[in-house]
Amino acid sequence: MSAVVEPNTTAKALLGKSGRPKPVGGGRGRLATQVFLAVVALIWIFPVGYAVLGSFRDYDYTSKHGYFSLGGFTLQNYKDAWQQANFTHTMLNSAIITVPAVLLTLFLSCCVAFVVARFSWRFNLALLGLFTAANLLPAQALLIPVYRMFRAITVPFWFSDSGTLLNSYWGLIAVNVAFQTGFCAFVLSNYMKALPRELYESAVVDGAGVLRQFFQLTLPLCRPPLAALATLEVTWIYNEFFWATVLLQSGDKFPVTSSINNLRGQFFTDNNLVAAGSVVIALPTLLVFFLLQKQFVAGLTLGATKG
Amino acid sequence: MARRKYKGIDHLSSVDRVVVTLMVVVPTLLVLWLVWLPAVGSVLLSFTNWDGIGPISSAKVIGLKNYHDVVTIYPPFWPAVQHNLIWLGVLFLIATPFGLFLAVLLDRELRGSRVYQTAIYLPVVLSLALVGFIWQLIYSRDQGLINQVTGGTIDWYGDQRYNLWAALLAASWRHVGYIMLLYLAGLKGVDPTLREAAKVDGANERTTFFRVVFPVMAPINAIVLVVTVIESLRAFDLVWVINKGRNGLELISTLVTSNIVGEASRIGFGSAMATMMLLISSVFVAIYLRYTFKEQR
Repeated sequence: MSAVVEPNTTAKALLGKSGRPKPVGGGRGRLATQVFLAVVALIWIFPVGYAVLGSFRDYDYTSKHGYFSLGGFTLQNYKDAWQQANFTHTMLNSAIITVPAVLLTLFLSCCVAFVVARFSWRFNLALLGLFTAANLLPAQALLIPVYRMFRAITVPFWFSDSGTLLNSYWGLIAVNVAFQTGFCAFVLSNYMKALPRELYESAVVDGAGVLRQFFQLTLPLCRPPLAALATLEVTWIYNEFFWATVLLQSGDKFPVTSSINNLRGQFFTDNNLVAAGSVVIALPTLLVFFLLQKQFVAGLTLGATKG
Repeated sequence: MARRKYKGIDHLSSVDRVVVTLMVVVPTLLVLWLVWLPAVGSVLLSFTNWDGIGPISSAKVIGLKNYHDVVTIYPPFWPAVQHNLIWLGVLFLIATPFGLFLAVLLDRELRGSRVYQTAIYLPVVLSLALVGFIWQLIYSRDQGLINQVTGGTIDWYGDQRYNLWAALLAASWRHVGYIMLLYLAGLKGVDPTLREAAKVDGANERTTFFRVVFPVMAPINAIVLVVTVIESLRAFDLVWVINKGRNGLELISTLVTSNIVGEASRIGFGSAMATMMLLISSVFVAIYLRYTFKEQR
């Protein structure tokens, strides 16, 4: 779920220093705050850290000596988890679903945002509302009609080997796109509205049609929000669980996140496998976390920087 | 105002008109088809007795009977409502205020704030399904951390006395980080002169926060409220991963899902519950839209 936050904040303010003078507090109070925050931070990374640590431990060793021992380090869990969970397959499925879904979401939301921002029509706000609200409805409440529709719509076999939209990648991609377009369109339209209209004026004077304005003027200028949204959407769609679980019923199409459903049973007896599996599943999002933190935070909180 | 000055640039050639129409119509149709049509469909189906097997034309309108049945003769319904309310209560009364509290502390920009902030929002990048999976390492009966430390034999995810709370702890772990980020952004956006004015007036830090800063953040507060309610309403992934929402972990969302996807497909039942979800969420969606679009009106 996404949220749109107070204008006038920027990623820089959140991630760097703000210009505001620091509140003056007593030295002791400051120390206590710092200790408290450090403790909370440690507690917060503990589950992940514990998983990482456990993932490198040998099962026989930890079951004999307990988890509070040292030694028995191994990479075997990763090898086993990778094979048993068939991660090669599910990672590929995740990519097959995530990449087109993110590209389509961004493209379609750019289209909507462009029109809403470029032309001042009366229904613009209603249109944005229609898209944004769609992003907030509980998916489960829409399940029945979507499920029945997908089951009833037959498609050629080259399009989906199930013969219907149910159990097909494209059906799932379409649902993801429909849900995510709202948020992205809203964010992008705010950004595009802040672009100077003189740019379009000179483009029109040069004889550029709408398509050229869109592709050669607006899109290149929207690189910053697109980078933030792409980061966010990759994470969200990779993490998407519900639709993939109910719409792809054959396990061989499951992306990584939905395959977790089956892993619990499979790894039941070996917590170190659970740990290794968790780390593998988290890895793409952890990469985002470490490498693209700025984009992720910007996308999450600054959705609606209005200029 | 801009219309007269830029009269020229809104003029569209016939090709342009087709392009612009397509740019709006294609995404709109997709959203109407996969979000709004199903939303209306759920509501309509909830008033019929369609069994999902025969053609939909064979369905008869039976008024509120599905709703009546759900609340009277469907045993898991009231526990699920109760669990959703507990879920909301914990997120709203504990996790959200804690996230706010952390944001206020981090906003002081003490040394190391960035590191703490990063650590606390780490769970936000993980899916709730994975969160449920990871916490198994802590909760599982035989090898879980808690039982190793305490020597207990409680199955935290399995025992219905505890599993809802165990799931909620894991869900809160993620929720706190998210709320912290939202409020941190909100706090950075508060006009610093307000605080200074309060200080000049002799207000201490606590008074300044509750009387000045918090009220100024009204739009964020509204958004956080909506986020918390809707997240509690559509909580699903975490409990589905644990046990498909049974045995103490029933939620409305899991009941809808098991009524449709499971063996027994009870369309009417599921739709009635789906409609209740839509009804509740629409109130909060309206609040959300009101606040986010306020400045654009």
